[in-house]
Amino acid sequence: MYKETDILKESSVEGNLIINIGPQHPSTHGVLHLVVTLNGETIKKVEPHLGYIHRSIEKMCESLSYRQFIYVTSKMDYLSSHINNHGCAMCVEKGLQIEVPPRAQVIRVLMDELTRLSSHQLWWGAMAMDIGALTPFFHAFREREMITSIFEETCGTRLTMNYMVPGGVMADVNTNFQKSVKDFIIHFKNKINEYDELLTGNIIFQNRTKGVGFISKENAISFGCSGPTARGSGVSCDIRKLYPYEVYNQLDFDEILEPGGDCFARYLVRMKEMKQSISIIEQLIDNIPDGDFQAKTKAVLKLPKGEFYSSVESARGEFGVYIVSEGGTTPYRIKFRSPGFSNLSALDFMSREGKIGDLIAIMGSLDLVIPDIDR
Amino acid sequence: MPSLENIANFIHNWLYTTFNATVALLLEFTIVAILVIGLFSVLGLVLIFMERKVSAYMQVRLGPNRVGPKGIFQTVADTLKLMVKEGMTPNNADKFLFNLAPFIVMTAAMLILAPLAFAKNFQIWDINIGVLFVTAISSVSVIGILMAGWASNNKYSLLGAMRSGAQIVSYELSAGLSIITIVVLSESLKISTIIESQANGWWIFKGHIPAIIAFVIFIIAVTAETNRAPFDLAEAESELTAGFHTEYSGMKFALFFLAEYVNIFIVCVIGATLFLGGWMPLHFGTNTTFNEMMDYIPSSLWLFGKTFFLIFVIMWFRWTFPRLRIDQLLNLEWKYLLPISMINLLLATAMAILGWHF
Amino acid sequence: MTKEELKIKLTELFSSVSIDESSEWLIINISSANSLNYLTQLRNDSSLQFDYLFCQTCVDWKTHLTMVYHLNSTTHRQSLVVKVQLDRTFPEIETVSKIWRTAEFHEREIFEMFGVNFLHHPDLRLLILPDGWENKKPMLKDFEDPINMIKL
Repeated sequence: MYKETDILKESSVEGNLIINIGPQHPSTHGVLHLVVTLNGETIKKVEPHLGYIHRSIEKMCESLSYRQFIYVTSKMDYLSSHINNHGCAMCVEKGLQIEVPPRAQVIRVLMDELTRLSSHQLWWGAMAMDIGALTPFFHAFREREMITSIFEETCGTRLTMNYMVPGGVMADVNTNFQKSVKDFIIHFKNKINEYDELLTGNIIFQNRTKGVGFISKENAISFGCSGPTARGSGVSCDIRKLYPYEVYNQLDFDEILEPGGDCFARYLVRMKEMKQSISIIEQLIDNIPDGDFQAKTKAVLKLPKGEFYSSVESARGEFGVYIVSEGGTTPYRIKFRSPGFSNLSALDFMSREGKIGDLIAIMGSLDLVIPDIDR
Repeated sequence: MPSLENIANFIHNWLYTTFNATVALLLEFTIVAILVIGLFSVLGLVLIFMERKVSAYMQVRLGPNRVGPKGIFQTVADTLKLMVKEGMTPNNADKFLFNLAPFIVMTAAMLILAPLAFAKNFQIWDINIGVLFVTAISSVSVIGILMAGWASNNKYSLLGAMRSGAQIVSYELSAGLSIITIVVLSESLKISTIIESQANGWWIFKGHIPAIIAFVIFIIAVTAETNRAPFDLAEAESELTAGFHTEYSGMKFALFFLAEYVNIFIVCVIGATLFLGGWMPLHFGTNTTFNEMMDYIPSSLWLFGKTFFLIFVIMWFRWTFPRLRIDQLLNLEWKYLLPISMINLLLATAMAILGWHF
Repeated sequence: MTKEELKIKLTELFSSVSIDESSEWLIINISSANSLNYLTQLRNDSSLQFDYLFCQTCVDWKTHLTMVYHLNSTTHRQSLVVKVQLDRTFPEIETVSKIWRTAEFHEREIFEMFGVNFLHHPDLRLLILPDGWENKKPMLKDFEDPINMIKL
C-alpha cells in the first residue's frame, strides 16, 4: 500500500509521470496494483503494492486442523489448486510418515499434470490478450473447458478441487476418467500445433517478446525465481526432476530449459512444458495401478514436534509448504512459499527502461496469479 | 431504370422547378445532411454487428444471437443503452474541450464523405481536388483525439492521445504517398476522373507492381490511421484501459465508437475508389461482352461490395494480430513504409511518364 | 555433497555454531549479531554456494522470534536451513537483500507481519497490509482482533 507522500516525492523529479496500473486494470488479471514511474513512455520504476486479496491464510491455518487447512490452500493459486493441495498433503504425510498407495500417487500425478495443462492454457490465452491478440484467449478456453469437465467428473468442482487429502486422494476417479482424458489428449495434440501457428510464429508477437524483460541466470537465482520464469533463463529448477516426488522418478520427461532469459524464452518453456505434460499423461493413463486410493490414517492427525518442508512443482514454479509443529492437532506456524511472490519481486528489475507495452508483456510472461502472491 | 443517379437528378430537378434557387439549395443541404446522418447511424449499426460476427466466427463463438433474428438488433439495443446512459464528466476536466472532442472527431468523419462517389454520378460534391480534400480533412480527427486525451484529466487518456498523435501524423505520410501514386497514374485529383480512368481496368491490375505495393502500404497505413488493431495503441485496452476515451461514457463515448467505424468505412471507400475502381464494374481492356455483363450489376453494389471486402480485411487483421509497441510502430513507419513508398512513388512516376501502364 | 560432508564443511567454516540434524535438512543456528557475516560466507564460499534463497520466514515462539532462511545451492544441489534467534520486544537483524535480492520482498512481508526491523533495508515499508497497520504485527501469537478473527 502506498502513501501519498511517497508519490509526491517521486513525481517531483523533472519529467516523471506516475501512473497506477491496477488494482482494477484489464491486464493485471486480478487486483495487483503497480505504481509505475514513467518518463514519457519509458518505465523508470515499478513498485508493486500487494494485499488487495490478502486473506492471511497462514494465520488462518494456525487454527485449522491438518485435514482442514488443505481446503483453504485451494483458494491461493486457484489455477493450480490440485498442486497446492498436493504440496500440503505431502507435507503432512512427510510429518506422519504415511506411505501413499501407488494408485493414489498415479492419480495425483495425473491430476497435477492436467492442472498444469489447464493453467498453461489459460496463461497462453491471457498472455496473448495482454499483447493485444484477443482470439487466442477463446481458443485456449475451448481446451481448458475439457479439462475442467474432467475435474468436475471426478472431484465435483471445476476450480477449487480439494481432492488431495493426507494419505491419498479424497475419492476414486470417475469410471469415465480414462476415456475422457484420452479423448482430451487426442483433441489437444492437434490444437497445440494450432496454438503455435496462431501465435508463436507471428512476427509481431516475436518482436514484442524477444529481448523484452531480460533477466540473466544469476539474477533469476538471486531473485528467487522458479518454474518457467527461472527455466526461461536457463536455471535448472524443476522440482519434479531435482527432488522427485510421487512417481515422477519413474517417468520419462524432460526439464525444459531455454537460455534466452526474455519473455519469448519463458513463453517457449511453457509451450514445451505442455507437450511434456501430455507425454506424462500418456505414460500414466493406461497404467493406473489397482489398489487403495487412500492410505489408512487416524481420524485426528497429530504431527510430531518438529518442522517439515515439502515442495511441489506448480504451474508457476516451486510451491513450498513449511510447517512448524508443536505436536498438537493444528500447525504452530505454517508458511507457504508461493512461486508468484518471488517471481513478482523481479518485475521491477525486468521492466526498467522498457515501454508500458513491455511491462504488460512481462507481466503476461510471469503468469501472475494474485491470490497466490497475496495469500 | 431507377438508379441512384436518376433518383438524385429527379429530386434535384423537381426542387429547382418547384422552389426558387436559394430555397432549393437549402432544401438540398438539408436532404444531404439527413442522408449523411442516416448513413452514419446505419453504418454504425451494420459495421458493429459485422465486427461482432466476424470476431465471433474467428473466436469459435456465436456472437450476438438473442436480440432479433440472428441477433441483428443487438447493436440497436446497445445504442439505446448508450443513449439513456449518463454522460459523466470527470472532476477537474476541461469541460468545454471534453464535450467538444467527440463532435470534432465526428464532424471530421462527416466532412470526408463529401467528395466520395457512392455510385455512378452520385456524389455530394465533385470537387476538383477531391483526394487532397480527403487527406487534409482526415488529419483533423487527430485534433479531436488529442483534445479528448488532454481534457479528460486522466494520465491513461493523455498517454493514449499522445500515442495517437504520433501515430496518425506519421502514418498520414505513407497513406498520402500511396494515394499520390494513384494520382500520378490517373493524372487527376478529382475523384470522378480517377474512377473514369479505371474504366478499362482497375489500377491495382493496370498499375503493375507499384500499384500493388501502394495498395498494401495504403491498407497498413489506414489501419494505423483509424487506430485499429494491430495499431490500436491509442486505445490499447490491455495497457491503457481504453486510452483516449477512458473517461467517456454514454452518447459521447458512442460518438467516438461510431467515428471509429465510420472512419474505417471511409478509408475503405477511398481504398476501393483509388485502387479497385470505386463504383466501376470489373472491366478488362476492351473485352466488350464481359464488360457489358459486368455493367448489369448496379454501380452502388460494386462500391459497397469492394468496401465491405476491405472492411473485412481490416477486421481480419484486428482479430488475428497482436499489438505493436509504440517504438516498433514508429520504426515500421519511418524506417520501412516511408522509404518504400517514396521509392514506389518514383517508380510509379517513371512508369506514368513512360506510359508503361495499361 | 552429502549431509555429513556438508556438516564437516560447516564446522570447519564456523566453529561456534550449533548444528541440528534432526530434520530433513541440516539446520544451523547463528546469532543475530553476525548473521550477515555468516550468510555472506554461505553464499560466497566456493564449496557451499548457497545462491538460492527459496524461503525466508519468521516463527513466533512467544518468548523469542526465529528467523528462518531456507537456502539452496543451484550448483551443488544441497539445502540448508539457517535459523537466527531474535529478541521479541525489539527484533532487529541485518537485511540479506544485498545477498539475495528476493529477500527484499520477503523481508518487507516479515517486517509488517512480525515487526522485525531489518537494518539497512533499501525500502522497508508495508507491502501487503493497508495503511494504518504499521506496528500491528498480525502474525504474532498474541495479536487480537475480536471483529475479524474467529477462534475455533
